[in-house]
Order: sequence, then C-alpha cells, then structure tokens
Amino acid sequence: MKLIRDIWRLYYDGFRSMTLGRTLWTVILVKLFIIFVVLKLFFFPNYIKEHAGKGEEADFVSSQLLNR
Amino acid sequence: MTHLLDINLAAVDWARAQFALTAIYHWLFVPLTLGLAVVMGIMETQFYRTGQDFWKQSAKFWQRLFGINFAMGVATGLILEFEFGTNWSNYSYLVGDVFGAPLAIEGIVAFFMESTFVAVMFFGWNKVSRGFHLASTWLTGLGATISAWWILVANSWMQHPVGQAFNPDTMRNEMTSFADVALSPVAVDKFVHTVLSAWVLGAVFVVGVSSWYLLKQRHLEFARKSLRTGAIFGLVSSALIMLSGHHSAYTVAQTQPMKLAAMEALYKGGTDQPLTIIAGINPFSQPDFEATDEPPMKLAVPYALSFLATNDVNGYVPGIRDILDGYTKADGTAEPSLEEKIARGRTAINAMAEYRRLKGSVKSDGNEPSLLALQTTIRENMPYFGYGYVKDRSQVVPFIPVCFYAFRVMVGGGCLFVLLFALVLFFLCKKDITQARWLLWGAFCCIPVAYIVSEAGWLVAEFGRQPWTIQDMLPTWVGVSQLGASTVMVTFFLFLALFTTLLAVEINIMCKAIKKGPEL
Repeated sequence: MKLIRDIWRLYYDGFRSMTLGRTLWTVILVKLFIIFVVLKLFFFPNYIKEHAGKGEEADFVSSQLLNR
Repeated sequence: MTHLLDINLAAVDWARAQFALTAIYHWLFVPLTLGLAVVMGIMETQFYRTGQDFWKQSAKFWQRLFGINFAMGVATGLILEFEFGTNWSNYSYLVGDVFGAPLAIEGIVAFFMESTFVAVMFFGWNKVSRGFHLASTWLTGLGATISAWWILVANSWMQHPVGQAFNPDTMRNEMTSFADVALSPVAVDKFVHTVLSAWVLGAVFVVGVSSWYLLKQRHLEFARKSLRTGAIFGLVSSALIMLSGHHSAYTVAQTQPMKLAAMEALYKGGTDQPLTIIAGINPFSQPDFEATDEPPMKLAVPYALSFLATNDVNGYVPGIRDILDGYTKADGTAEPSLEEKIARGRTAINAMAEYRRLKGSVKSDGNEPSLLALQTTIRENMPYFGYGYVKDRSQVVPFIPVCFYAFRVMVGGGCLFVLLFALVLFFLCKKDITQARWLLWGAFCCIPVAYIVSEAGWLVAEFGRQPWTIQDMLPTWVGVSQLGASTVMVTFFLFLALFTTLLAVEINIMCKAIKKGPEL
C-alpha cells in the first residue's frame, strides 16, 4: 500500500512541480489530438476495410495484385 | 533518361513522397533521443560515483534537452503506420503477419519501459535512491534503443525478407521463424549502424552546444567537461561505426547488390574494384549506365570497393549491367538475369491467379493435386514475384545520383566528425580551447551537418532499394492503394505543415533551454 502511495506521490508531485514540462505536455496532447482524431479519423481510413467486405480481404488483395 | 524531379501526378509518387517526408521528419527527432540518452547516462554515472552536485546539474541539463526532443518526437512514427493502412494497403496486407509481432513488441516496450523510467528520471530526483535513479536513466535510454531495434527489424525485413512463407489462401506472408526475422544479418547490421550513427549525432550535438557556451564565455567548467565527454563518446562511436559500416557494406553486397552498384555508380563490375571517392555525375539525371562503363572524372581508391564488398581486395563486385544480365556469385551459384527473373515472376503471378480461380470454383480441402502443384510453383517462384510486374530494365535500377551522393555525404560527414572530435580533444588536452574560436564555431556549425549526414544514410538505404517495397517481391506501383493522387497530395501538405510546425516549436523551446543553461 505504501508503495502505491509513493508511486502516486511521485507522479502527483512531479506533474504539479513541472515548469517546462507543462509546455511539453501541451504540445504532446495537441499533437496526439491532431494525429488520432483529425488525421486518423478524417484522412487515414483503412483502405482494405473500406473496400473489402468482412472476411473477403484476401480476395480483394488478390484482385488488386493480379489485375495490375 | 529519368530526371530527379520527374514526379508525375500518380498516387504512387505522392505516396512515396509523403512517406519520405514523414520518415525524414521522424528521423530528425529519433537520433538525438538515442544519442543524448547515453550522454546523460554518463553524466549521471559520474554523479553516482563522485557525489558532486556539478555532475548532477550537468545530467539534469542534458536530460532537459532530451525531454524536449522526446516530447516533440513521441508518436510521430505512428503516422507512418497510418500511411501503411491507407496509401500502401496491398503492401500492408502482405506484410501484416510478419510485422505484427515486432511492432507490437515495440509498442509495449516503448510504452512501458520509456513511460515508467522517464517519469522516475524526471520526477524522481531526491525521491528515489541515487542508484535507482541512475538505473532509471540508463533504462530510459535502453528502452528507446530496444524500441528502435524492432522498428529496424521491420525495415530490414523489407530489404531482405527472411523467416516467412507466402500463403496463397490468406494472401499473406506468414512468419515461419521469429528468430530469422529478428536476427537476420541485415537487421543486426542496420540496428548497430543506425544506433551508432545516432550516438555520433548526439555527441556532435553535445560538442556543438558546449562550444557555444565557450564562445559566449558562460558555464565554462560545464562546457569543458561536456566537451570532453561528448568528444570521447563521439570518437569511440565513430571508431565503432567504421567497423559496422564495413560490415553493412559487405551485407548489402550479398543481399542487395543493385543498391551497392547504385551507391558506387558501378555500371560494369569485375574483380579488383576501386572505391570511388568522387565522380562527375549529374545530380538531377539518371546516367546512361547501359552505354558507358564508368562515370566521367572518376577519382578512386584502388581495390577498396572489392575489399568493402567481399573482404578480399581482389573480390568480384557486380555492376548494374552485370546484375541485369546475370552473373556468377563468389560461391559459384548463378544469379539469374533480369529476363529470367521476370519470367519467374510472371510464372508466380499466373500460378497465383490460377490457384485463386480454382480454389474459388471447386469445393475442396486444398489437397487436390492441381492445387498442390500450383502451391509448389508459387512457393518456388515467390522470391521473384515482383519482377512479374517489371516491363523494362530501367525500372529496377534505383536513381543513381541520389544513392551516389548521399553515400558520399554520409561517409564524408562521418570523417569530418572524427576530425572534429580529435581536434576538440587535442585542444582540450594541449591548448586553451577557448582561444580556438574557429574550432568552436566549426563545432557549433556541425550540429545541422550531423542531421544532414544522418538523413543521408537513410537516403542511401531507402533510395537504394527502389523500386521495391519488399525486396524483389513487391514493387512500389503494386504495393500502393488505388487512391486518387489528390487525396494523397492533400495529406502530404498537411504533414508538411504539421511537422514543420513541430520542428519550429522544438527548435524554439530547445534554444530557450540552451540559452538558460544548466543550473550551476
């Protein structure tokens, strides 16, 4: 129990006393939002999932490879 | 002849350009993380040994710069994986089973090791014992390095596919030996060479930043000791990288002879081959390798290429035309000509089409003699599958000028850094280095040069394996998804804006932290 409390204090005190770290965390969070929410959702769909039915991925890829 | 800027509006060109852009930007962040990890570990080890606050503050300063770079770079590699799924879906599907394990391990190791020990490293001063803190600092670096290992394993598999078998039922390359994939000679060479190059970059960065303090007459003791640490670390790393570079060249000669021939602009090979120092190659246009035997104004070191490629000064090194026409390897086996490879590739494609047609038309358990025969045909010819899509000889020759000049930038830059580290150590030991302002300015200016040199190494590796996404098995124009060029173009410019912003933010925060200096 003491170990868990110590780990909690380590992170809690660490995050509270950050100076430069606040800026860095802001950058990280903005970046992750752009990557996972904006880019992944709107610009990077899974091409095969979008074009092949479930369980038909192998047929789809083979048609892509064999008809080029 | 092909021109460097002959980018047509096809999606494959935009997808390639986008992947190159993303990988280049990603690699701006990674090497400094790996290099500074060792420097801060050395500084903290000094603190652990001596108990002097000076070393603690020194370690904290380099850890701060490490933290800035780490925060900016984290997750930028994920974008490459997004691109696999969208732009390179055929490729992604074919390699999914092989890449799954290494990339999963990378994700788990990166997340657990780095996030745990980075937290102790930054938040744990005065909260955990000195020994535990030191271990956390080294383990942060080790986590980042192990993480790099798995990414490089995946990259190496594309350059030299081993430990897999193609399954025509699932249309996937399925892993048959994890050890073969993880410990392939290409992976080992690539890992060692890449990590050492990152160490050299980290050392140049430390030497450059320390030189700036000396130029500004600030933090003199810190700067001198950091210079010494950086220069010794850099010199040791440089010595090791020369050995690993030689071994890498040997491995490339065995596994990707076309890449080596392009790096050397070796059109017609032979025994006793010299290593080209420089030659008059138009940087923007593919040279006429069919009609000429060697580039003009060639200045070379006798026998050095044969030694580099075969460990024998008289060894045979095939040129581009030899590889296209077929040649006999050192072990006496025959390397097929391009025409033979194309024929075998087409045999594999036809067998696969027939297999898929038969498999779909008859209800079977897959053990009919005809299906088994087709499976055998596919298996025997799969190593040349990609050649079935090749129409002419020029398609399988990488763009020579980029390979040729990037290789020379990489090697020349490496030699420059050896000179830099040696001069810094000489002036530290024998002279007053603060009087050698030319050297301090030179060291400072070497910081961006180190990044250019590091990127040049990747240009050699990736341009040199063109046109293959998977060596000999899948050319880029088949691995790419059937997307509209405009779709990929939009995300190309989105990434350009995102990464340029990130880089500008990093440089800005980094400069502020450097100007502030260590808290001594």
